[in-house]
Amino acid sequence: MQDYAAWALEAVAAPGVQYADVRVVEEAHRALSTKNGKLGHISDLESLGIGIRVLRNGAWGFAATDDMSREGVIAAARHAVAIAAASARVKREGSVLAPEPAHQAVWHSPCAIDPFAIGVEQQVDLLLAVDAELRAVKGVTLAEADMDFRRQRQLFVSTDGARIEQARVLSGAGYAATSFGENEIQRRSYPNSFGGQFQLQGYELIGSLQLLENARRVGEEAVALHRAAQCPQLTGTLILDSSQLALQIHESIGHPIELDRVLGSEANFAGMSFLTLDKLGRLRYGSPLVNVVADARLEHGPGLGTFAFDDEGVAAQCTDIIRGGEFTGYISSRETAASIGQNRSNGCMRAESWNRIPLIRMTNISILPGATPLSPEELIADTEQGVYMETNRSWSIDDKRYNFQFGCEIGWEIQNGKRARMLKNPSYSGITTEFWNSLDAICSREHWTLWGTPNCGKGQPQQTMGTGHGAAPARFRNVKIGTAYRQE
Amino acid sequence: MTMTPLTAERPQLALDPEQARRIFRQVLAASRSEETEAIIHSTISELTRFANNAIHQNVAERTLSLSVRTVSGGRTARASTNRLDEASVRAVVARAEALAERQEPDPELLPMAEAQSYSAVAREIAATTALTPQDRAATVAEMVAIAERERMTAAGIMANSHSAFSILNSRGLEAHYRETSAEYSVTMLAADSSGWAKGNAPDVRQLDPVGGARRAMEKARLSAHPIEIPPGRYTVVLEPAAVLDLLGFLFWDFGGLAVLDQRSCLTGRVGTQLFGTNITVVDDVYHPLQSGAPFDGEGVPRQRVPLIENGVVRGLVFARPSAARAQREKPELNARPTGHGFPLPNEYGEAPMNIVMAGGDGDGEALIAGVSRGILVTRLWYIREVDPYRKILTGMTRDGTFLIENGQLTRGVRNFRFNQSVIEMLRQVERLGRAVRASGEESFDMVVPPLLVRDFNFTEVTKF
Repeated sequence: MQDYAAWALEAVAAPGVQYADVRVVEEAHRALSTKNGKLGHISDLESLGIGIRVLRNGAWGFAATDDMSREGVIAAARHAVAIAAASARVKREGSVLAPEPAHQAVWHSPCAIDPFAIGVEQQVDLLLAVDAELRAVKGVTLAEADMDFRRQRQLFVSTDGARIEQARVLSGAGYAATSFGENEIQRRSYPNSFGGQFQLQGYELIGSLQLLENARRVGEEAVALHRAAQCPQLTGTLILDSSQLALQIHESIGHPIELDRVLGSEANFAGMSFLTLDKLGRLRYGSPLVNVVADARLEHGPGLGTFAFDDEGVAAQCTDIIRGGEFTGYISSRETAASIGQNRSNGCMRAESWNRIPLIRMTNISILPGATPLSPEELIADTEQGVYMETNRSWSIDDKRYNFQFGCEIGWEIQNGKRARMLKNPSYSGITTEFWNSLDAICSREHWTLWGTPNCGKGQPQQTMGTGHGAAPARFRNVKIGTAYRQE
Repeated sequence: MTMTPLTAERPQLALDPEQARRIFRQVLAASRSEETEAIIHSTISELTRFANNAIHQNVAERTLSLSVRTVSGGRTARASTNRLDEASVRAVVARAEALAERQEPDPELLPMAEAQSYSAVAREIAATTALTPQDRAATVAEMVAIAERERMTAAGIMANSHSAFSILNSRGLEAHYRETSAEYSVTMLAADSSGWAKGNAPDVRQLDPVGGARRAMEKARLSAHPIEIPPGRYTVVLEPAAVLDLLGFLFWDFGGLAVLDQRSCLTGRVGTQLFGTNITVVDDVYHPLQSGAPFDGEGVPRQRVPLIENGVVRGLVFARPSAARAQREKPELNARPTGHGFPLPNEYGEAPMNIVMAGGDGDGEALIAGVSRGILVTRLWYIREVDPYRKILTGMTRDGTFLIENGQLTRGVRNFRFNQSVIEMLRQVERLGRAVRASGEESFDMVVPPLLVRDFNFTEVTKF
């Protein structure tokens, strides 16, 4: 890796080049799935490449290649310089980077059990056991289970003198039971929808998820939903489980605080943000119980957004995003921080792989748990009337992040402090700040989970990133419920 | 094995068939399996991105990947790499074999496809590969100039790519495809309004990015000071980009395996009159406005498949394995491989990827002229499936939503959230315009017309 990086750094030296950084990335990815008692797919992917980013006369260029011959790397580096020259043709004021020490570091994420050292037979056996439990429930028409493991090694060097080697291991697993019947498709997933739970851990994560133990219940719920009542349309009290709250955070806090969106960089694709610069320190984002951080440090937990340094060499940090309901911070890059007069990036530049530029991405954007002990059962007992929803089914929000609508896989009516009848097709909608201001209770630390969202898309060309979101079950008042099925 | 290196001076070329054959010979030499398949994919792509009237990101990428599938004793697995030295090629074959060996045999696993013959399609255009960063910057400069003249800000992309895709297997199948792609997208932002346009074609000379920038600017200008009108059911004119983004969520259900798995909204509905009689859709990779390889992930030639004929669900697409399964389990589907499978092994089966919807006459303006009161939708955003069987989709309008009164666009309106069954929508199409190649952000490019639809279900309004 050292040689590739050295060739690239040497080749970018050209008149006008103010800064360059180079990432050499080596990745391994294993994915397995089962479907209705058979192997769905089993695949193993490895990749090595280099991405070279150049700032020349205030304009950016980037080139990436997997031709790792000396000639290939040098050609890519020179091409990055040439592209920067073309960018200068349509520029306003030149880009300036907030300062960051030139870190020298080696960091490996904690990994107790290497998932790539576990035999695929063992992994497939567990998935097939889950599959059998799901299909043991009469009415389950489709059982799907999967596992996913990634190992990424990256060397980052820059013309500032930084040299950072990082290695991260990520694991994930989950399953879903689908039931077709009576002209309706119902589905239950565990531990979360769209692939399950993902964290910066080794195979030890899989053992902690209790996959097999929950399979029968999940299958039974999928079938029971056919007989459940349709979620009513009303304005009332809503309680969300922690996985759904995690996605609510992702969409209605995580994206709007991206400073590149705020400044218009994503206007053509991902959109912009209602959090214009005048709102920093002046907006009541949520109720006083809403405390949100962007925390990439290992102390926060093994999230998909946990690392030691971001992909432009800035050290991992914890930033207050919302403190006591007040909006206090964006997530930034060296360039965007400087452009709004901040003296340091808070370290949120991340690239999908060697072939993509780093963009401002969520790290672990988490709501802090309530300070007073409160369990989900106690929260429901404290609620006279409302709807409790679990596990995301659909999600959508406008391009400035005001209006959202979420659907969940399952809901229950709450009557006089108790879970009453099951509800199918539950959904809710609202306006971001109105919603967060209606939060009046959140469960405490022991019910807080750091969820992984492995598939966040952004950028042109698009790139996918894993983000972390810690959340505990929480209650919201005066929420519009059932809007997805509104037909008038 | 090296590709032509990236340089600013010379045209960039993706892998040619002879290079792919040389790689495959290495793969075969390393394989101990009964059957071996290699998929070799190379891409050189460049994209210039602008925002706030300046280029802020400008990237180039060169990738070459080798993906190997082996079959032995009814077991199969896939391993992939982007390292093409001799040791890495041997290693990737060994990894696929090791994964395959650790499985239980699958008695339904088919032998690999035999040699096929393919209809040629010509979608590799020198003018597109020749486009340089300076050329893209010059186009961006013209788009930005339009914004600056109107005191707007422009954001968007100008991109070109060249890719090659080869499948070869030990039964003698050999399929090669090379394609170029050029794309622009532009958003014009005014104080409280915006407009958008996008285009994609194999031949950059067929695109008109500056014309698109003008259209986007006009939309931003005309929709200034949007008013809020209440949600409800409205007659709408959906521009082609909005149509394709909705249809994109429907056509995954036309995969045969999705029906066999009972996860498709067409479960129990094949052969029925599900849509309006004015709806006819085919999957046709050979259509002159389409793009993509004329074969699937196993190298089976793609066929032209009627999907909807006059509103009747007429056909599904099938990969070889799902066609074989359908013949056993649901003979009434008359399944046959149509060349729409994904690379094996996979659990998704297949999907139509070259949607061509029959249109009528006239463009969007002709449709608008026939509306006494309604809404024009330029583009949709963040579409997600709310209900998989009723096929209710939710999403937002974006970048150019207008009130139509007496056949004219009268003013911009704040953006709506919709919750609309796409099945119901295709029963409520009153008029179709001329079909065009359209690009959106939520789905792959299609050939679709603008539509005039009655009773489109807007359920909420946002703040802008």
